[in-house]
Amino acid sequence: MQRERSLYESIDWLSIFLYALLVVFGWINIYAAVYNEEHISIFDTSQRYGKQMIWIALSLLLAVIILIVDSRFYSIFSYPIYLITILLLIAVLIFGKSVSGARSWFDLGFFRFQPAEFAKFATGLALAHFLSSYNFKIHKLKNLLTLALITFLPAVLIILQNDTGSALVYIAFVIVFYREGLNGTVLLLGVALVALFVAVLLVEMLALFLFLLFFAALIFYFADKNLKNTLKALLIFSVAAIFIGGVAFLFSFEISYHFIILLALIISTPVYFYWAYLKRLNLVFYIHIALILALSYSYSVNYIFTEVLVKHQRTRINVLLNIEDDIRGAGYNVHQSKIAIGSGGLSGKGFLEGTQTKLDYVPEQSTDFIFCTIGEEWGFWGASATLLVFLFLLLRIVQLAEKQTSTFSRVYGYSVAVILFFHLAINVGMTLGLAPVIGIPLPFFSYGGSSLWAFTILLFIFIRLDTNREKLF
Amino acid sequence: MYDNTNRKYVIQGIFIFLTVIFIVRLFFLQVVNSSYKISAENNSTRHVTRYPARGLIYDRNDQLLVYNEAAYDLMVIPKQVEPFDTSDFCQVLNIKREFVRKMLKKVKRYSKYKPSVFLKQISAKKYAILQEKLYKFQGFFVQTRTLRKYPQNIAAHVLGYVGEINSKHLKNDSYYAQGDYIGISGIEKSYETELRGKKGKSIYLVDVFNRIKGSFKNGEFDEKPVVGRNLTSTLDADLQAYGEQLMQNKKGSVVIIEPATGEILALISSPNYDPNRLVGRVRSKNYKQLANNPQNPLFNRALMAKYPPGSTFKLINALVALQEGVITEKTHFSCHGGYRVGSFHLHCHHNASFALVQSIQLSCNAYYCNVFRRILDNKKYENIDFAYNSWYRYLNQFGLGRKLGSDLSLELRGNVPKSSYFDKLYGKGRWKSLMLVSMSIGQGELGITPLQMANMTAAIANRGYFYVPHIVKKIAGKDTINQLFTRKQNIKIDSAYFNRVIDGMEMVVVAGTATTARIKGISVCGKTGTAENPHGKDHSIFTSFAPKEKPKIVVSVYVENAGFGSTWAAPIASLLIEKYLNDSISRPYLEKRIIEGYLLEK
Repeated sequence: MQRERSLYESIDWLSIFLYALLVVFGWINIYAAVYNEEHISIFDTSQRYGKQMIWIALSLLLAVIILIVDSRFYSIFSYPIYLITILLLIAVLIFGKSVSGARSWFDLGFFRFQPAEFAKFATGLALAHFLSSYNFKIHKLKNLLTLALITFLPAVLIILQNDTGSALVYIAFVIVFYREGLNGTVLLLGVALVALFVAVLLVEMLALFLFLLFFAALIFYFADKNLKNTLKALLIFSVAAIFIGGVAFLFSFEISYHFIILLALIISTPVYFYWAYLKRLNLVFYIHIALILALSYSYSVNYIFTEVLVKHQRTRINVLLNIEDDIRGAGYNVHQSKIAIGSGGLSGKGFLEGTQTKLDYVPEQSTDFIFCTIGEEWGFWGASATLLVFLFLLLRIVQLAEKQTSTFSRVYGYSVAVILFFHLAINVGMTLGLAPVIGIPLPFFSYGGSSLWAFTILLFIFIRLDTNREKLF
Repeated sequence: MYDNTNRKYVIQGIFIFLTVIFIVRLFFLQVVNSSYKISAENNSTRHVTRYPARGLIYDRNDQLLVYNEAAYDLMVIPKQVEPFDTSDFCQVLNIKREFVRKMLKKVKRYSKYKPSVFLKQISAKKYAILQEKLYKFQGFFVQTRTLRKYPQNIAAHVLGYVGEINSKHLKNDSYYAQGDYIGISGIEKSYETELRGKKGKSIYLVDVFNRIKGSFKNGEFDEKPVVGRNLTSTLDADLQAYGEQLMQNKKGSVVIIEPATGEILALISSPNYDPNRLVGRVRSKNYKQLANNPQNPLFNRALMAKYPPGSTFKLINALVALQEGVITEKTHFSCHGGYRVGSFHLHCHHNASFALVQSIQLSCNAYYCNVFRRILDNKKYENIDFAYNSWYRYLNQFGLGRKLGSDLSLELRGNVPKSSYFDKLYGKGRWKSLMLVSMSIGQGELGITPLQMANMTAAIANRGYFYVPHIVKKIAGKDTINQLFTRKQNIKIDSAYFNRVIDGMEMVVVAGTATTARIKGISVCGKTGTAENPHGKDHSIFTSFAPKEKPKIVVSVYVENAGFGSTWAAPIASLLIEKYLNDSISRPYLEKRIIEGYLLEK
């Protein structure tokens, strides 16, 4: 019989240390970002940094409470917790306060509370519960649908709040499903569909179709290793395309070039199939089918986007993908953000010495663009170190998750990791100009009580589950 | 069960992969690529808002009513201000040192980083001198703005004015910034979104000497301002000017409408003011002066004053009674010096028996007391409450007791009491038609604005319909105006009844109470009114239209404290009709008397 380990001994202090490192560094950077000569003290609660200090203190209190509660509580009450957050998400739609276009806040006077932040850990718990249920098999249709429902119900409610950025986070759960056995091809297919969807909106249709054609030819060449065959395949297509184009010209049908490509592919199907049959080239068959499907999919997405959606829906998607500048001028923000980070150089300008991240250049620098301050004042070393601390925490969580004997704790652990990861990827990616401007906070860094508390709860429930890793269930 | 443990490597791989990408990106941004460092040094960008020219306003004959003139605002960004030669600065701008100190303190409180207005509307001459020396005054720059100018000095109430946006409005509309101008009244207010256009912005790179080095990123983030739309107003500038001249030194209001369209040809509220006085740096001083003026020139009487309609209201009661079938055009009522029931007596000065046309012609009070009581005591209705509500609905159809919904800001609804008002006053079921009888002749609780009066007259002139009165005819770049103004508002009264009432109105001018309004060759139809005024001399009222067939113009005139309708209001309306239809005046003696008439308290 093993000796019962005390809570103190079984806590993963490394994770807590990394957490504390991030939170404190975040606080210091908020101080630097909104530094105000008239309020020098970091403890001045009239300023954001003073307020953040209060949020941090309350987070610690929350963390302690979470650690004291029995770990079984989280698995037993996962569904009720999930249900309550769903109800809150609905309630905020009705009673919420609108802040810069998104109706996602409850205004409690001294404090604004954003249920969407808390829905993340609740969804993690609910998914963990469901995935750990007895005799669960992920590829049963009913189970897949239930998973989709649990994941996307909060996401849809958050989209209704007009806070698409926060809703996108839920995509990250797909990685958890992948770990729990979801077929990798499904994942790839999903990624391909999303990528194609985005490409349709970003790229000219003709260019996209030509690229897809070229890509198909390339795959065919590398799989078949026969230049003659590739040229033959291209020739068949060209003849078909010229035929369609000629007919369209003669009868003066007004059709677009990319539609000619699609039609040419469709009418050339019998030729390709006959060729595939004759030479036993199954590859031709598959690539042809895949190409037609991809083109038809892109064509319908484009059609729906331009013909079916109304203007404000289109604008919303465009702004999200950074095709259209939003009212604050997303392009300008990113440019300023890059200047701020770039000007930091190798070792940074030093604490409080940043000039770019002061009020006027980078907007929202204590919330969504906090990484700029790190980049400017702490330079390449500081920014890289921050990223490494994050990476270290993520890897540690995965490592701990793998050690869990219960599926519940493992799934929850992965949920924590992927949520943090998604936030990190989008937020830092945005400030570096690698991701579209989507306003989601950098975990533990960005100013704000709701987000700090939500991330604290998210992480500490896992730390609590981990203290009981051998015995849960 | 299939073991997925190996997938942890894939997932960890993704985490590591992205972190590496980010670090590589950081390395390129921060270490390899030095252009960002240089941009940061040059990154004293200055955002200059480019204000579009506000739309111009024309009258219906394309005479210019409002245009713009350039003005220069000296702006300051407190954070960029460095010690400078204040005496030189003060000398150039002709300001005091104390002002500089105070102003800097004030703008600092608003924002250290955002530009604020330091000195408003400096002249072009000062601007030229300042431009040369601006490099010495870091943190200051000049922003071009436009000011409104009114070449004709007319229609101040209609055109309205623009002024700096207040903090409440600023909070509610993200388009505006501190110090922006916004339409505060009149057309400037109701057509603000059309007139203002869209602000643009230029981002400039500024060197350490506060000099513009060029545009930021080749103007990639600049936005061109979009010029405001020009408006064509329905006003007839000549008619408006003439009306203002006739109304000078009188208190009151004139509303002139083209009945076939509901277009407002002139709208006068007297005393008025020169619209140029509410522009630019003198605005706040002049505004205070106008606001404190006991004659209250800022008050737009045409839209906001609630006058009792007086005898003009008999037209409405006649129409309602005819439609309800409680009288016919042949019904006679006799008058012996007034209307008497028991101890009740309402004075009148006839001794005869009248039918409808004569009752209007001679404005017999007793006739309308009878008519009104018949309307309210109509057996068709269960009780007086129902009968009153039916009458009330007719008034509503004429646009009385409600806002008409015109595009003039500050329009008020006047007052027509609801039956619940009398319930409260006398107790439910305890009021009788006799108690309300003063409303039969347009006294009592009734309050009607001059605009409502003109509109009501337009409805009569049209024999049963009107278009909501409006002041803008055309918006440049738009095919239509608000559809409300092109929709016919029908009144459920037979046009035959209107014709009888109009016959009466014609007689008023031919041989009735307003022979002073007679014009040779034009069949003017009108109705006088004298509104009892508890504060002083009665108000003189005349509402009219002409010609009788195919009316082209409706004129309603109120002259406060001027006595009978026929002495002042009727001749004013008559002159305006003649001016509009004939473009000349055949009665110079009358015109002279009116223009020289001084009816203000001395």
